[in-house]
Amino acid sequence: MSSGYGIVAVLVVAVGTMLVGTYGLRISRTTSDFFVASRTVSPWWNASAIGGEYLSAASFVGIAGLIFAHGPDMLWFPVGYTAGYLVLLALVAAPLRRSGAYTLPDFAEARFASPAVRAVASVFALGIGWLYLLPQLQGAGLTLHTVTGAPDWVGALVVAVVVTTNVISGGMRSITFVQAFQYWLKLTAIAVPVVFLIMAWHAHGARDLTGPQFPEFPKQTTVTFDTDTTFDASRATPFTGTGRVDGERVDGGGQLAVGRHAVAAGTRLTFPEGAAVPHVRSIPSNTNDVWALPMRGGERFPLYAVYSLIIATFLGTMGLPHVIVRFYTNPNGRAARRTTLIVLGLLGVFYLMPPIYGALGRLYTPELLMTGDTDAVVLVLPSRMIDGLGGQLLGALVAGGAFAAFLSTSSGLMVSLAGVLSRDVLRLRGVRGFRVSTVLAVLVPLGMTWLVGKVPVADMVGLAFAVAASSLCPLLVLGIWSTRITTVGAVAGMVAGGLPALVAGMVTISARGGGAWYHVFLARPAAWTVPLGFVVMYVVSLLTPRKVPPGVNHVMVRLHAPENLGLRSQDRL
Amino acid sequence: MTSPQRPPTQRVVVTSPRTRAPRAPRPYPASREIDEQSELGAVYMRSLIRTQRRLGLLLCAVVCGSVAALPLVFTFAPQVGAQRLLGLPLPWLLLGILVFPVFVLAGWFYVRQAERSEREFAELVERS
Repeated sequence: MSSGYGIVAVLVVAVGTMLVGTYGLRISRTTSDFFVASRTVSPWWNASAIGGEYLSAASFVGIAGLIFAHGPDMLWFPVGYTAGYLVLLALVAAPLRRSGAYTLPDFAEARFASPAVRAVASVFALGIGWLYLLPQLQGAGLTLHTVTGAPDWVGALVVAVVVTTNVISGGMRSITFVQAFQYWLKLTAIAVPVVFLIMAWHAHGARDLTGPQFPEFPKQTTVTFDTDTTFDASRATPFTGTGRVDGERVDGGGQLAVGRHAVAAGTRLTFPEGAAVPHVRSIPSNTNDVWALPMRGGERFPLYAVYSLIIATFLGTMGLPHVIVRFYTNPNGRAARRTTLIVLGLLGVFYLMPPIYGALGRLYTPELLMTGDTDAVVLVLPSRMIDGLGGQLLGALVAGGAFAAFLSTSSGLMVSLAGVLSRDVLRLRGVRGFRVSTVLAVLVPLGMTWLVGKVPVADMVGLAFAVAASSLCPLLVLGIWSTRITTVGAVAGMVAGGLPALVAGMVTISARGGGAWYHVFLARPAAWTVPLGFVVMYVVSLLTPRKVPPGVNHVMVRLHAPENLGLRSQDRL
Repeated sequence: MTSPQRPPTQRVVVTSPRTRAPRAPRPYPASREIDEQSELGAVYMRSLIRTQRRLGLLLCAVVCGSVAALPLVFTFAPQVGAQRLLGLPLPWLLLGILVFPVFVLAGWFYVRQAERSEREFAELVERS
C-alpha cells in the first residue's frame, strides 16, 4: 500500500502535533505548568486528553489485528482496557487526586512517608513505562513500513524525535491540548472509514463473515515476504512468483503441497482468486465460523489465558504511569471522578470500531494471516476494499490516525517517565532536569526496539498491564483502603508481584513465541503474579505491625475527606 | 424601711425557648475532631472510608464479576457462545457492543452514590 496520500497524512499529523505543541509553549512557563498544566483543565478537556493518551498503538491497530487472527477471545482486550477505568473510578480516582502528588512515586511517598517505598515504586513506574513505550515505537515502525515501505526503524525514530521535541518544548500543558485533539482525531480516523467499509461490504453483496469456509484470497493477490516466514497450508495451493520456497529457488509457477513451508525473505508469490490462504504457525487455522466462536483460540490453557488477560487489564490500568499523572490535572477529587466517567464513554465509543476491521479482514485481507503482519489489517483494509482515490484517501486517514495514536501515547508516557526520572533518579530539579530526563526516557526503549522479536503489539502492551497490575495496583488499592499496610509490606508486595511479572515479560519478549507448555504462564503472568502481590503485601503488613507509617490517619483524612470541608489536614493540597 | 403596701416581690420564670438565637458553638466542631485525630474524629473518618470502600468493592464485584463470568459460560455451555442475536453471534454482541454502555451506567451510578455519601459526611461534620 505504498501511497503518497499516506505519507502526507503521517506528515500532517506529525507537523500538526508539533504546531499544537509550540502553541502550548507560549503559555507554559513555570515548572508546575510543565508537570500538571497548573491544574486548570476542565473535565471534558481532561477526559479527551486521557482518551487521547490511552488509545495507543495497541488500541488502534493491535486489537483489530488480534481479533482478525484469533477471534472473539481478543475482544477481552478492549473490554479490559475500558473496565480498567471502571475499577480505577471505583477504587482509586478521587483519593489519588486528593493525595495531591505529581507522579506515582509521589503517591507512594505521600502515603507511606518512606524513601524505600518511593524508590521501589519509581523503579516499577519506569519499567512499566518503558515496556509500554516499546510497542508504540514498534507500531510506528510497522505503520510507516506499511504506508511507505521504509524500514521499521524509521517510524520508531520519527515518533521518538517528534515526541521528544514536543515534550521538551511544551511539557504537560501543551500535551493536554495535543492529547485532547488527538482523541478526536483518532476517533475520526477509525470511525469514518468504518462507515465506508460497511457500505462497500454491502455493495459487494454482504458476504457472510462467519461462513463455514477457510479464509481464501478474494482476488488474485501478490504477497511479498519481508522476513523469513514459516506457514502451514491446509489445502494444496497453486502459485506463481519468484524467490525461495522450502530452500529451493522458485521462478514461475508451482504448487504448495499440504503441510509446512518456509519462505525466504524477499520472496514474492502470487495466488489466484479463491485459493485457500496458508497460515503462519502462531495463528490457528480455522474456518470463519469456528473463528467466530469464543474459546477456540487453540491455546493450551484457554481459560487461564483469558482470565489472566482479564485480571491484567482490569487492574493494570490504574498502575500505568501516564494514566495516573492525568489525575493530578483535575482541580479536585470530585472532578477526577467525573473525568473518569466521561473517559469510560469516550473509550466505549472508540472500541466499537476495531472488531469491525478485524472481522472484515477475514474476507478482504486474508494474506496477512500468511505473512503474520496481522497488526496491519486496519491500515491495509480501506485501500483493499474500496478501489481508487476514495480507498487511498481513507487509507491515508487511518494511517494518520494510527500515527496520532503512537504520538499521543508516547508523549504521555514520556512526560510521566521524565517526571519520575528527573525527580527520583537524576535528582535534577526544574525545567532543565525535565528536559534532560525526557531525552533519556526515549533512548532506552529506542535501543530496546533492536533487541526484541516479532511480538504482536497488543500482547506486549498486555505485558505492561500485567506488571502494573502486579506491582503498583496493590500499592494503590491497599494503600488507599487499608490503614494496616506497612512500609515493609508495601515494598515486599510490589517486589513479590512485580518482579516475576517483569521477568516473565522480558523472557516472552526476547524468546520470540516459544512453544513450551508453560509459555502462556510467562506470556500472560497476571493470573498468578497479581494475587501474589496482593497477598504478600497484606500478609507481610500484618506480620510487621510496628512499621505502619506514622501519621497514617492524617493521610487517610487527606485521601478520603471531601475538599470543601476546610479541614486543616488537607491544607497541603 | 419598706412600705407595707408594696406587694411582695415575686420571681417569674420565663421558659420560652430562644428559637431564633444561634446556638453557642460547640467547643469542638467535628472538623476539628478530625483534624486533631481524636477518637471521635477517627470514628467519623472510618465510617466514611468504610462506606466508600464498600461501594467501590461492591460495584467492581457486581459489574466486573458478571462480565468476567462470561468465559466460564462460553467454556462450559458452548451452545450459548454459538447463539445469534440481532444478526450477530452472542459473544460479539456482548463483548463488542453491550458491555460499554453497561460500564458507563455503572460508572454513573458509582459517581452519584459516592458524591451522595460525601455530601452526607459533609453535612454530618458541619451540623455537629
